[in-house]
Amino acid sequence: MSPMFEYAPAPESRAVVDIAPSYGLFVDGEFREAAGGKSFKTVSPSTEEVLAEVAHAGAEDVDAAVAAARRAFASWSALPGAERAKYLFRIARIIQERSRELAVLETLDNGKPIRETRDADLPLVAAHFFYHAGWADKLAHAGYGPDPRPLGVAAQVIPWNFPLMMLAWKVAPALACGNTVVLKPAETTPLSALFFADVCRQAGLPKGVVNILTGDGSTGAALVAHEGVDKVAFTGSTAVGKQIARTVAGSAKKLTLELGGKGANIVFDDAPVDQAVEGIVNGIYFNQGQVCCAGSRLLVQESVQDELLEALRRRLSTLRVGDPLDKNTDVGAINSAEQLARITELADSGEAEGAERWSPACELPERGFWFAPTVFTNVTQAHRIAREEIFGPVLSVLSFRTPDEAVAKANNSQYGLSAGVWTEKGSRILAMAGRLRAGVVWANTFNKFDPTSPFGGYRESGFGREGGRHGLEAYLDV
Amino acid sequence: MSEQSGNPGGAARTRLGVAKTYKLFVGGKFPRSESGRVYEVTDTRGNWLANAPLGSRKDARDAVVAARKAFGPWSGATAYNRGQILYRIAEMLEGRREQFTAEVAAAEGLSKAKAAARVDAAIDRWVWYAGWSDKITQVAGGANPVAGPYFNLSTPEPTGVVAVLAPQESSLLGLVSVLAPVIVGGNTAVVVASERAPLPALSLAEVLATSDLPGGVVNVLSGRTAEIAAPLAAHSDVNAIDLAGADADLAKELETAAADNLKRVLRPADATSDWSADPGVKRMLAFTETKTVWHPVGV
Repeated sequence: MSPMFEYAPAPESRAVVDIAPSYGLFVDGEFREAAGGKSFKTVSPSTEEVLAEVAHAGAEDVDAAVAAARRAFASWSALPGAERAKYLFRIARIIQERSRELAVLETLDNGKPIRETRDADLPLVAAHFFYHAGWADKLAHAGYGPDPRPLGVAAQVIPWNFPLMMLAWKVAPALACGNTVVLKPAETTPLSALFFADVCRQAGLPKGVVNILTGDGSTGAALVAHEGVDKVAFTGSTAVGKQIARTVAGSAKKLTLELGGKGANIVFDDAPVDQAVEGIVNGIYFNQGQVCCAGSRLLVQESVQDELLEALRRRLSTLRVGDPLDKNTDVGAINSAEQLARITELADSGEAEGAERWSPACELPERGFWFAPTVFTNVTQAHRIAREEIFGPVLSVLSFRTPDEAVAKANNSQYGLSAGVWTEKGSRILAMAGRLRAGVVWANTFNKFDPTSPFGGYRESGFGREGGRHGLEAYLDV
Repeated sequence: MSEQSGNPGGAARTRLGVAKTYKLFVGGKFPRSESGRVYEVTDTRGNWLANAPLGSRKDARDAVVAARKAFGPWSGATAYNRGQILYRIAEMLEGRREQFTAEVAAAEGLSKAKAAARVDAAIDRWVWYAGWSDKITQVAGGANPVAGPYFNLSTPEPTGVVAVLAPQESSLLGLVSVLAPVIVGGNTAVVVASERAPLPALSLAEVLATSDLPGGVVNVLSGRTAEIAAPLAAHSDVNAIDLAGADADLAKELETAAADNLKRVLRPADATSDWSADPGVKRMLAFTETKTVWHPVGV
């Protein structure tokens, strides 16, 4: 193993962000207490420090937010597209201006490294608003008829793994198409959505166009079941997605779901080893593996398995796990105690079922929620760690001999969100990409995102697309 | 078409028509229902037309197996090939125009002229969709200008096995209008024919069987819509369901069951659907998935 370089700590300053002791719900353009007076605490996963207390929205608050969004819909949808566009451009610019503040905030509330929030999350958030701003006055050219109409009030429920980015993926297309929104951020990561409310205020967005309800699963359930919403968009677990699909069955609500995955990252014997290793690491250890499209199954061609795994172990030994605010940190904290327990349970099942577990030597901080990057070898397709989404920094390694076998194993999943292919042979890339049943195929790269690029799954990874021209359909009455 | 008197001009002799035994269409073959059941099909005035198979849960499952087996080759066929086969269906249907006119007239209580117009529209609809096979990818897909050195392409792909509940009222034009958009892009289908008027659908199977359409791409079942649709909506190897032929209560029940494996669900339009209207691309796109492929650009 190569020796770890010594780095002096290089913490990003917390001073750029000012977190208030408590936050209300953002309804009809202003912050208010929850009608029931309930609240809950949000903690920093890396230290367990309480960051703020936030309001817990109940059924009455859902009523109020949906009503506010409904009132705002008439004038917002009647606004010329060019005017809606300018609001969205303003939001994009303000996010760029405040991106360091929001990156630090996100790192504090989520536990992910500042390197990621600064270099991936926030740039993509701003880009998403900028991209969709331009659609607002061009919808007639989007392929949905000469005058596609918005749906009305969109109920949007988002996860904790990319809090502000998931907000952007939901809010930007909804507003561009002329809808108004009620958004519920995840229970463990409410803060960046509440800061986004302030961005809306600065942009002068009309009241009621964006409403933010913090709370837990019961808040989200009440929101998607509310009779006053016309559209439901959810990103999260497949189990909850199915429950939501049952809830909206028989209604006129349009539904899009972006759910779990068990992405196969397929490495052929002619792939450049070092590049493939970087792709594998980016595929499963980016954001602590808490990514729905993570490359959580490595399928490696048998003839290069030993060489590749040796290079992978060497690379993992150089990953720096620790303080998410440190600019040198590669792997931060797991988002919550609950998620850590889930990862731990599944990893333990891997060992119990006979797979071989390995982690690099790394010291984990005493406080907070931590899980060392982990690789399982000798994994079979029957193992839980090869079938179930772990949503953590745990890689399951399987091998194959022929392209047919690789395709069969990759597609042997209830999910179909992402896949990776590593080979120098162009015709093989295209053949594999055609046969993999997944919404996104990354060839000789992994975990790349862009607002112009449609994202979403096959099979039980959900339906509908987010991003690009395709993503507009989810928010238009077509 | 169950009975025909021959030799209408002759006074002395009449010829007894040869009545057809209507059967299911599964995997390219014409089996009876495994349940051994049939039900009476009448015209709109209540006159007996034929017995149709009363399809069962097992028939539905067999049809799904046949549709899954056919999905790989059919989705892997070239768009040009699929287009030619859909056009061939139109050719075969045109040749049996008189037969279908009589069947549709009896099934829907229409005059011969009106029934003929619906058959013509159904034939023309196959031609229209035949032309879509190699165009929908360009219309629905395309290159995405991502902010980085990557080639990025989105392409529509077929969803898989689609259960299709054919419209209850429009026995042929409605059926073709929901079936053609499902299969043109490479999906395979299990069709539940109109419960009251299944005969045109069962006869269409004979057209499909002689159109170079590979066995299993379209499977046609007749019987009680609710009875056959329930196992299809709950089936884990069905990827999508078109609820065109379901009423509101049944549609809700089936959509709820479909959530178990997150089938794509196309909800029924209102009952007054005008099947003669320009269909647009919506039905094709309802049963496609968008796949996006990235590759780095560099030397």
